[in-house]
Amino acid sequence: MAILEVSDINKRFGGLKALDKVELSVEEGTVHAIIGPNGAGKSTLLNCFVGRLAPDSGTVTFKGKSLLGLQPHEINQAGVSRVFQTPEIFEDLSVLDNVMIPAFAKADGAFKFNAWHRISRRAEVRDEASDLLEEVGLADQSKMICSALSRGDKRRLELAMCLIQHPKLLLLDEPTAGMSRADTNNTIDLLKKIGERGITKVIIEHDMHVVFSLATTISVLAQGTVIAEGKPEDIKGDPRVQEAYLGGVHQ
Amino acid sequence: MLGKSARADWILLIVFSVLVLTAPITLTPIGAGYPDLLQKFAIYGIFAIGFNILFGLTGYLSFGHAAFLGVGSYSAVWMFKLFTMNAIPAVMFSLLMAGLFALLIGYVSLRRSGIYFSIITLAFAQMSYNLAYSVLSPITNGETGLQVRQLAPADRGPDYVLKLVDEDLRWVDQAFGVVEEGIPITNLFGLKMSGYPGFYFSAVLLILAFYIAMRITRSNFGMMLKAIKSNQNRLQYTGVNTRPYLLAAFVISGMYAGLAGSLLAVTDPLAGAERMQWTASGEVVLMTILGGAGTLVGPVLGGMIIKGLGSLFSSYNENILNQFFSFLPEPVREVAVGISALFVGEGWELTLGLMFMIIVIFVPGGILQGFTNIIRMFRRKKPNPAPAKSEA
Amino acid sequence: MDAIFLQILNGLDKGGAYALIALGLTLAFGTLGVVNFAHGALFMLGAFVAVAFNRIISYQQIVLDPVNKTAWGTPVEIRTSYAETLFGDFGLFLIDYSVPISVLIAIPVMLLIGIAMERGLIRHFYNRPHADQILVTFGLAIVLEEIVKHYFGANPIPQSAPSIFSGSANVGLWLGLGENVVYPWWRLIYFGFSAIVIFMVFAFLKFTTFGMVVRAGMYDRDTVGLLGINIQKRFTIIFGLAAVVAGVAGAMYTPIFPPDYNIGMQFLVLSFVVVVVGGMGSLGGAVAAGFLLGILQSFASMNEVKQIFPGIDQIIIYLVAVIILLTMPRGLLGRKGMMED
Repeated sequence: MAILEVSDINKRFGGLKALDKVELSVEEGTVHAIIGPNGAGKSTLLNCFVGRLAPDSGTVTFKGKSLLGLQPHEINQAGVSRVFQTPEIFEDLSVLDNVMIPAFAKADGAFKFNAWHRISRRAEVRDEASDLLEEVGLADQSKMICSALSRGDKRRLELAMCLIQHPKLLLLDEPTAGMSRADTNNTIDLLKKIGERGITKVIIEHDMHVVFSLATTISVLAQGTVIAEGKPEDIKGDPRVQEAYLGGVHQ
Repeated sequence: MLGKSARADWILLIVFSVLVLTAPITLTPIGAGYPDLLQKFAIYGIFAIGFNILFGLTGYLSFGHAAFLGVGSYSAVWMFKLFTMNAIPAVMFSLLMAGLFALLIGYVSLRRSGIYFSIITLAFAQMSYNLAYSVLSPITNGETGLQVRQLAPADRGPDYVLKLVDEDLRWVDQAFGVVEEGIPITNLFGLKMSGYPGFYFSAVLLILAFYIAMRITRSNFGMMLKAIKSNQNRLQYTGVNTRPYLLAAFVISGMYAGLAGSLLAVTDPLAGAERMQWTASGEVVLMTILGGAGTLVGPVLGGMIIKGLGSLFSSYNENILNQFFSFLPEPVREVAVGISALFVGEGWELTLGLMFMIIVIFVPGGILQGFTNIIRMFRRKKPNPAPAKSEA
Repeated sequence: MDAIFLQILNGLDKGGAYALIALGLTLAFGTLGVVNFAHGALFMLGAFVAVAFNRIISYQQIVLDPVNKTAWGTPVEIRTSYAETLFGDFGLFLIDYSVPISVLIAIPVMLLIGIAMERGLIRHFYNRPHADQILVTFGLAIVLEEIVKHYFGANPIPQSAPSIFSGSANVGLWLGLGENVVYPWWRLIYFGFSAIVIFMVFAFLKFTTFGMVVRAGMYDRDTVGLLGINIQKRFTIIFGLAAVVAGVAGAMYTPIFPPDYNIGMQFLVLSFVVVVVGGMGSLGGAVAAGFLLGILQSFASMNEVKQIFPGIDQIIIYLVAVIILLTMPRGLLGRKGMMED
């Protein structure tokens, strides 16, 4: 069953046609990678999913419900979490707080005026957050202020912040951009590990190593349109893709 | 672990209460132990605590909070004029009016963030100030200011038009047959709100205000506010609708300002538009950052320091300075007096401006953080790579 | 028709002052990225350059007349200024023209003050949060105000325009609108003056290499820095320029509105509103909004308008600002991405 259905999305920036009749269907439980050369419109497409950009025309439906015109928080509450290209975390709060905040957002909804009870009353949230930090390997740093974390750890933390919400769909915008090979491999392992939870993931990625390690389905975007879609092995052999993209990377 | 932090808060609250309630004794040696000044400390402490809920927690810098202080004062004086000199209804009504006013202004201003928010709040405060001086004169009594007056005589001719700004009604007091001689002063069910009773009334409210702010800071709501300050964008993508959180924080801090305004009116039943001027908004910002924005005790401390120094410096004049420097030889003394005269008396504002600059330049985290840094320096400990923010 | 034209005229001089202050604010903000709450104080300092110059130049020598007595039998005091004694008619000319001359003096004085301010304070705040910039410059504004108050007192000090410009210009006759459209000469001159200064600033930015770099810097500061251009030095000069523009605006304004130490704050709040309405970082927007709001304010002060909306003259600028900010977040001519964090 398709969890995310994108049909006929068009987006222009002035004279530039960034997205041209994009069709995409993400099956539940899959890891769907969107690849393509620079400027292919990958990030634009992702921004259309999360309400940051409004497409000129077309539909984006998540579990049968349109996402267009919704505020970012409404999209998140519907079950879509997002990891940013550069880690977006609460830099001057503690690691544990960073994970507890999304947990509260999940438990309490978009707004709850709970100004009287101490946070510590919600021990179950705290325990869940601690467990998750253990799982992603940040338990030792849980009292630390986030700005002191390494880039790789920030990325891991951001992932944990998404995971604690048990999203139905997780959007990852170049989760290994700017990482060392070792960090990249760690991230791949981590993503594989969380793959066991059965969360549907959409990954935008440059790094073919990452894509072929994780993806179960790949869509190739070039000049704003999907030129190919299929299993990793099919994509690898597709001449159109090699022409548009792979040839340029695998020199 | 959980119990420990709760217990630490109780200890903080008890220590705070004891310090506030014993202030008349403990502050006497430094010459600040008289009720007028103590009451000012308490009132501006409340104002700063409230301001800190907005600025310290969410990082939204309002330059218009004095407007709520003004609204609080006007509302309280109207309660005195129309109903009763009892302080409780006045305080309640001020809270209500300031809350409504803050809801309105906050709803509009919070559609923007950053410096735009600061400028919209500034614009609203200036609007309120200008209106209070001009069109709203029937309510604010313009430049003269709104005051408690004598009762309107009951046996006046039918064609007389009652002018409420000049003559009062005090229906409730009259219904209870309170006899007034001259212009009455505020009371708490008969206990006159002047001198120490006045201070203790404000002090109890300060402790209450502190306690509420503490609960807010430690709550989920407070955590969300801190997250807004840290990264509002992330918080939205985390599924949180930040605007109602901000609006709630804005209204709460507006009500704190209204409470402070009503207490100013309880102390001295007079309200003037100058209380709403944007320099007054600037002052509460200074109190908050001086003590330490985002901390609980800092704003109260900042308010005390500024109001304390203000009354100290303003009271100085050249004679006092001459006595102070009398140990110096004549020519040196003249120079010393000449220079220091710039900063005292009328020149207090200059000192205030300099303090403003020094604080922002050297200790942007406020004096509480400054102390922490000094202590750390003496312990010769290298600064922790990730020092947890003190929230005391 | 006449009335409308008159209101537009009335708004021009105030609009010119708003535009000049807003121009400097925008320059400092666009290039240095600094929100300068002390910019109004620079306007005030300029005004007090004029006051100080007038005080010095008209310093008087008092001689008792040996012959003539007053009605009370005391000798008549003959007051002559030293300027007259020393320079004769030229001295009298100096006194009469003290305002325009002090505008010339204000240029180097304000340049120095501006440079000192940038070097001494502003520079250290480039990378601090905007809230810190606002607060520290707010503190500086208070300090500057209080120093001026200490030396010149708290009361407004009227200055007079050169006597030749004391009357009113019959603008109506020039334009064939009837005789009742008259407008004080000096305010007309102020409008012309502000237009010239604005033109000069724009020409400077448009046609000089320096200006080109500055414009590039307003667009993308980091890249210009990477090109190996000493952007720091240029920032200092730009800040000095902004100070000069504010200062001459203040000096020239003294015959229209007697300055006191607090004049800067009054104009600052309005100018910030002007900058925001025009669009943060847009020079053209600042100028357009300055004149627009000046004219709007003068329309709002018409009795006909005040009868319908009492008090509108007091709040019109703020009201417009709030509406513009809510409907057009970037202001009239603002660029995308400016201050949208």
